[in-house]
Amino acid sequence: MTVTTTPNLGGVRHFLEHQFVRYRRTWSSTLITSVLFPVFFLLAVGFGLGSQIDDTSSLGTSDYASFIGPGVLAGVATLQAGGLSLWPTLGAIKWQGDYQAALSTPLTTAALVVGHITWIGFRVTVSATVYLAVLAAFGVVASWWALLAPFAAFLVAAAVAGPLSAWSAAQEGDDTFGPISRLGLTPLFLFSGAFFPLAQLPDVVAWVSMVFPVWHGVELTRGLINGTIGAAPAAGHALALLAWATIGAALSLRSFTRRLAA
Amino acid sequence: MSSVASATLPVVANNLTKHFPTSGGAPFVAVDGIDFQIEPGETFSLLGPNGAGKSSTMKMVSTVSPITSGSLRVLGLDPVADGPNIRRRMGVVPQEDLLDAELTVVENLVIYARYFGLSWAAARAKAVELLDFAQLTERRDDKVDPLSGGMKRRLTIARSLVNDPELVLLDEPTTGLDPQARHLLWERLYRLKEQGVTLLLTTHYMDEAEQLADRLVIMDGGRIVGEGSPSELIARHVTREVLELRFPSAADGSRQRPDGLDGHGFRIESLPDRVLVYTDDGEAALTHFADRGVHPSGSLIRRSTLEDVFLAVTGRTLNE
Repeated sequence: MTVTTTPNLGGVRHFLEHQFVRYRRTWSSTLITSVLFPVFFLLAVGFGLGSQIDDTSSLGTSDYASFIGPGVLAGVATLQAGGLSLWPTLGAIKWQGDYQAALSTPLTTAALVVGHITWIGFRVTVSATVYLAVLAAFGVVASWWALLAPFAAFLVAAAVAGPLSAWSAAQEGDDTFGPISRLGLTPLFLFSGAFFPLAQLPDVVAWVSMVFPVWHGVELTRGLINGTIGAAPAAGHALALLAWATIGAALSLRSFTRRLAA
Repeated sequence: MSSVASATLPVVANNLTKHFPTSGGAPFVAVDGIDFQIEPGETFSLLGPNGAGKSSTMKMVSTVSPITSGSLRVLGLDPVADGPNIRRRMGVVPQEDLLDAELTVVENLVIYARYFGLSWAAARAKAVELLDFAQLTERRDDKVDPLSGGMKRRLTIARSLVNDPELVLLDEPTTGLDPQARHLLWERLYRLKEQGVTLLLTTHYMDEAEQLADRLVIMDGGRIVGEGSPSELIARHVTREVLELRFPSAADGSRQRPDGLDGHGFRIESLPDRVLVYTDDGEAALTHFADRGVHPSGSLIRRSTLEDVFLAVTGRTLNE
């Protein structure tokens, strides 16, 4: 007799396959939406508003588009990961029951959580990669380090998906999801340093912003795409995102277990 | 019980208990110390009304819900410590189907089979075989939503068989289906039974338990209140026949029991709409009452069923 006491993650691959088969039918429409959204920011704010900004010395980039374009990548990754964590998580658990069905297979709850967060990360990474190509086409990419930016978007997505999936999985309805999106994630994006340096903010607000994943993501993607970040700060931001993802995954495991295996 | 014998049994439950915490403080006792064991190849049913503890028992056997106390072995293994290895050898048919509405009929089977480690080729071959079993071959490339309730349930049963399970759990398999769909489903389940698959099913339909179960336990309030084969339970708790008598209803709609029924040595149950007289010879009992001036507005003689057993054991009807 074999007793499995360590988390068995063997089913993650099958969970991801399952999601991929579903995604094959809808990928084009969802991808267009998730890429056009940041492109509008790039065009309207980066180039439009940016044309009115002469002095970019406090930004650390050559022009405003190079400042906001890469930052928006992480900000939009946050919003997309939020959207994929809130409604679909509760849906898969409560409304459609997909996750109960999956747990009748050898899949473990731990593997389900890892697969769930990885899948959200994958979706965000695909969008980020296409958006990065758009940035390159507009001449905003200045360094080969930019190739790591989609990976940074993956970390941002995992950092957001962990805690928000944990929250969603514990809910009976979606009444808190709208406020979390509009009054939580959107302001974090606006005050994350994506549009202007955090130094412009009162210290307290800046410190709060520095706790959350978005700022770390913005600094990391901007630094990579412009080739201006050092190894130590890059590792620091990546570790902060990883910490959010790890703690969030643990919270999700607790939440999923209570909901699906009580 | 020797561990050698119990290791070979599909399910062994001893003093199995499940509590759920409540906001009030005292936990809700869903399953209250039940004992049963299932033999290889038999169809075993948990029969009882809603809230009897059937689904909680199923969730513990299916390794989803940890037991509170007592002991439970499924396929010789501990469901808490060894869930994945048990699920590898088990099929589960949940009450709500839980099919993937984004996928086609055949994809539901193939993708599910992949979770059990089948190669893509083996999963596709298995899906073809099971589509035939479920009589859904013509709908293989349709989405799930347009299927009828009976088709969805057959697909769910097919899905539970992708891993050639030794034990299949079916939670209320025919609830919500029309009579024709139920009979088709029962016929499919008979075929599984013939193939030697052990079936554990819950139902609140006594006719379903009588049709399918080799052995069953009657559950009420988290406890087992009767156990045996359908014919054993009927022989033990009720008479061979039941004489049903109807009388003009009382003005206030209360249960009625006309004078002259008692004192003849029959066990009698009064229901809101009729009176049941338990007897081995319904015709003789009817004549007996007629001779003594009891004239019902309607009468019916039938064989006793598990419904009568449930009434005898609990004092309530199954769907009361």
